Amino acid sequence: MVDKAVDKVIARMPKSLSGKEFTYCPGCHHGIVHRLIAEVIDELGIAGKTLLVAPVGCSVFAYEFFDLDGTVAAHGRAPAVATGMKRALPDRIVFTYQGDGDLASIGTAEIVHAANRGENITTIFINNAVYGMTGGQMAPTTLLGQKTTTTPYGRTVKANGYPIRMSEMLSTLEGSAYIERVMVTTPQNTIKAKRAIKKAFETQIKGLGFSMVEVLSTCPTNWGMTPIEASKWLEENMTKQFPLGVYVDKTKGGN
Amino acid sequence: MKMLFKGTEAIAEAAIRAGCRLYFGYPITPQSELTEYMSRRLPEVNGTFLQAESEVATVNMMYGASCTGRRVMTSTSSPGFSLMMEGISYMAGAQLPAVFVNVVRGGPGLGDIQPAQSDYFQATKGGGHGDYRMIVLAPHTIQEAVDLMNLAFDLADKYRMLVTILADGMLGQMMEPVEFHEMRDLRDMPQKEWALTGASDHKPRKVTSFDIDPYELEKMNLRYQATYKKVEENEVRYEEINTKDADIIVAAYGTMARIVKTTIRMAKEEGIKVGLFRPITLWPFPYKRLNELADTVKNVLTVEMSYGQMLEDVKLGVNGKANTPFYGRSAGVVPTPTEVLEAIKKIMVGDLNGR
Ligand SMILES: Cc1ncc(C[n+]2csc(CCOP(=O)(O)OP(=O)(O)O)c2C)c(N)n1
Ligand code: SF4
Ligand SMILES: [Mg+2]
Repeated sequence: MVDKAVDKVIARMPKSLSGKEFTYCPGCHHGIVHRLIAEVIDELGIAGKTLLVAPVGCSVFAYEFFDLDGTVAAHGRAPAVATGMKRALPDRIVFTYQGDGDLASIGTAEIVHAANRGENITTIFINNAVYGMTGGQMAPTTLLGQKTTTTPYGRTVKANGYPIRMSEMLSTLEGSAYIERVMVTTPQNTIKAKRAIKKAFETQIKGLGFSMVEVLSTCPTNWGMTPIEASKWLEENMTKQFPLGVYVDKTKGGN
Repeated sequence: MKMLFKGTEAIAEAAIRAGCRLYFGYPITPQSELTEYMSRRLPEVNGTFLQAESEVATVNMMYGASCTGRRVMTSTSSPGFSLMMEGISYMAGAQLPAVFVNVVRGGPGLGDIQPAQSDYFQATKGGGHGDYRMIVLAPHTIQEAVDLMNLAFDLADKYRMLVTILADGMLGQMMEPVEFHEMRDLRDMPQKEWALTGASDHKPRKVTSFDIDPYELEKMNLRYQATYKKVEENEVRYEEINTKDADIIVAAYGTMARIVKTTIRMAKEEGIKVGLFRPITLWPFPYKRLNELADTVKNVLTVEMSYGQMLEDVKLGVNGKANTPFYGRSAGVVPTPTEVLEAIKKIMVGDLNGR
């Protein structure tokens, strides 16, 4: 309808999004990443055969935001649920969308073994250094010194150990076929992030094994920052602990 | 044609013949032979066997597989079943059909690996969170386990519910001649309009146990409750032996009921008429029939390989119409037919004294 009144459409809602209004806070990166995933699914033409496993966390409603067949897994169990789907229907595309509490804390066993089996699924991992949904408590990825609602004096090594680097850890497993860490703070790196997400799905389409894209993300609400401050804090602090880059890429050498 | 089969392996073969081609599991005694049988047999029939990293992963793999509409099962023993409770609650909420086999061993905790019936509460009353129910079937012979396996998958699909076969190490480890049903044709499996298969030929489907709006979640819960009521009305199963003009009725299930059958013969020789009431569905429990039977005797003795779990359901069924004494041993110790007979005699003497 709008199309007729304008000369040229530059961007529109990706088909793979349902159009349901996002529940995310202003400046939250969850929404941006949703859009990137939907664009990739549209471009690859796989919407009709893609199954989504949403997590428990702020993105629990992802199953409603995407216009795909989908479910919500128990907290941290998405990789096991996705494994069950993929084993039952090997020709479908199955992806999980998980936060850092979900993937790097309660669900470490499930993600490690899915990756180690070379489970042919894709995981989009949103690392925002806190538990967003439950009110900004410490995550395993919380930076040293970072104040959260359960580290009111800042995270210390003595009490909580070091922030866990999941992309590095999973890249040591031979089942991992593609792992990249990205961020979406600027248009340039958002384009890079989309490229990574596309590559991850292509890895699955080619049947190469486990693929994951870790997206460093903001949680302005729980960080107590404006969206712009949050993006800046992410770039200045999170990228030091969690360097961007490709950790595994088996897409070139074939199997 | 009858074939000699070990209990756990017979159950596995029966599941495959019932149309199950997906098995996820984690080794645990006394049921590992079931897992091993599946790892051998499923590839022969184009099925999928996967050894999961834990029972937590197992049940969530089942969740995912069941989402696609295909038949799926696992088998475990008590500690593993405990770990599955989270996923069981989620599956019940998402109305996902699946079959669990719990070959119960002595507990609590690590317990031992001997047969027990001490997971009755966990299986029939919950164990996971929320107002959910699970159909629980209790075979007392290998042949019955084989027959119930077929029924289990059909009930799971028909009601979109979880079904648990509650067995024990005795049933799992013994060998008996069994007759299997025919291999079911996969093309005859029920079509599932809710299944997640990719939204190419349908509007996107969602399978969850979740709704943030309490009034919507209440509606979901009322749907579950309506299903449970239907199951209670239509799926109660039990067996009765010599319950007509019995001096005493014994309520027992599974392996314990099998032992009581021997006690009945021994008692007969001594002139005592013992009847057996054997629930086959532990949920839904046959309260109504038990209530009728309670009119005919002074005592309904519950015998279990636990310290009195089914006893509570027996009491609900009898509802004060008869005495409800109990005899049981647990922790992997199995009462003998003679011990049960002694318990019966004590009650009967008490009866006479009381007169
Ligand atoms: C078994 C279980 N434990 C705890 C919770 C509570 N809980 C819900 S979301 C969440 C953390 C989510 O954090 P994260 O995965 O980082 O996602 P985010 O909200 O930050 O995107 C927790 C602890 C739960 N739902 N289930
Ligand atoms: S709480 Fe944080 S992660 Fe959750 S929606 Fe708001 S900004 Fe995003
Ligand atoms: Mg988080």
